[in-house]
Amino acid sequence: MKILIVDDFSTMRRIIKNLLRDLGFTNTAEADDGTTALPMLQSGSFDFLVTDWNMPGMTGIDLLRAVRADARLKHLPVLMVTAEAKRDQIIEAAQAGVNGYVVKPFTAQVLKEKIEKIFERVNG
Amino acid sequence: MEHQEPTSGDLESSLKTHARELIQYLEQGHFDQAAQLIHELAAVHDSELYREVGKLTRELHTAIVNFQIDPKYPQAQEVSQIADATERLSYVVHMTERAANRTMDLVEECAPLVNDLNDEAKTLSAEWKRFMRRELGVENFRELAKRIDLFLARSERDTQKLSGHLNDILLAQDYQDLTGQVIKRVTQLVTQVENDLVKLVLMASQVDRFTHLKHDHEQIRQEQQQQKAPSKGEGPQIHADKREDVVSNQDDVDDLLSSLGF
Repeated sequence: MKILIVDDFSTMRRIIKNLLRDLGFTNTAEADDGTTALPMLQSGSFDFLVTDWNMPGMTGIDLLRAVRADARLKHLPVLMVTAEAKRDQIIEAAQAGVNGYVVKPFTAQVLKEKIEKIFERVNG
Repeated sequence: MEHQEPTSGDLESSLKTHARELIQYLEQGHFDQAAQLIHELAAVHDSELYREVGKLTRELHTAIVNFQIDPKYPQAQEVSQIADATERLSYVVHMTERAANRTMDLVEECAPLVNDLNDEAKTLSAEWKRFMRRELGVENFRELAKRIDLFLARSERDTQKLSGHLNDILLAQDYQDLTGQVIKRVTQLVTQVENDLVKLVLMASQVDRFTHLKHDHEQIRQEQQQQKAPSKGEGPQIHADKREDVVSNQDDVDDLLSSLGF
């Protein structure tokens, strides 16, 4: 299970990386925005994408749309972990095909639940 | 006409009275006097306008002085309080980032110590239970005693280390005091700048009145609204619990998503 973590703040990437390791996911890579993440996704064999929304360069929502528009990536499970909390934005992300949405600040428990739920649905 | 500083009320009352006089002059055929009156009215209007522009200029000057930007120097930007505030905020970003990394370094050092102690305690506990049930031979017991001895020594050493790390984690939170002070100062500056700007806007609206300029505020507001594209991201929402268009926690997100069929 290879996971890409995309966030412009290195501390947030590190927090997510540590929480994922606690959940048993040790194979992770990091990118600081959509522009750097997309080529990594296209060339690497990632099984899961965790992305922030608000980032310089390409935002998380645009990255999500780019992933869904890419024939080889369109089934990649995507979890959004973001401070963006407007109802319209959550609806926008859902319509763009997000698999889960976690608002910051979040707990380890919430992250675990959402990831498990996504895998349940993907495998089931 | 007397030469006194007219106020906006003066201008209006003088317009009213002079308008009646003007009609009288015109009806009576005194065109010279009518022309003179129109000239005087224009002069009142102009002097009023000049006065407002003058006031605005002075106010603008005060505001510039308050910002401590001297337009004579090309490096004005760098020495301004705004630039100083920007630097102060960068300091906050730097300090919070450093504290977060320091804390995570220490947590990452603690985690394997705790995990190892936990693992060894579990193994020893299982062995100890076997001993209590008299299932251990002499040779095995010697082995167990040796392991317990090592474990006790290691527990002492590692818990001391953990305690030190916990103290360091505590100390790493000292950024809150320093950054709190910086943010308070920047907040004060923003409030001051806002007050000065509001004053300027009020002065400018006076000038608008005399030059009869009209702004379509509704249109300006709509244009600003359009520029705010939500897909750009807005960052954390303040007062989320008091707003209808914003979720205030993960439960709200889950409810919203399930209402969409997630």
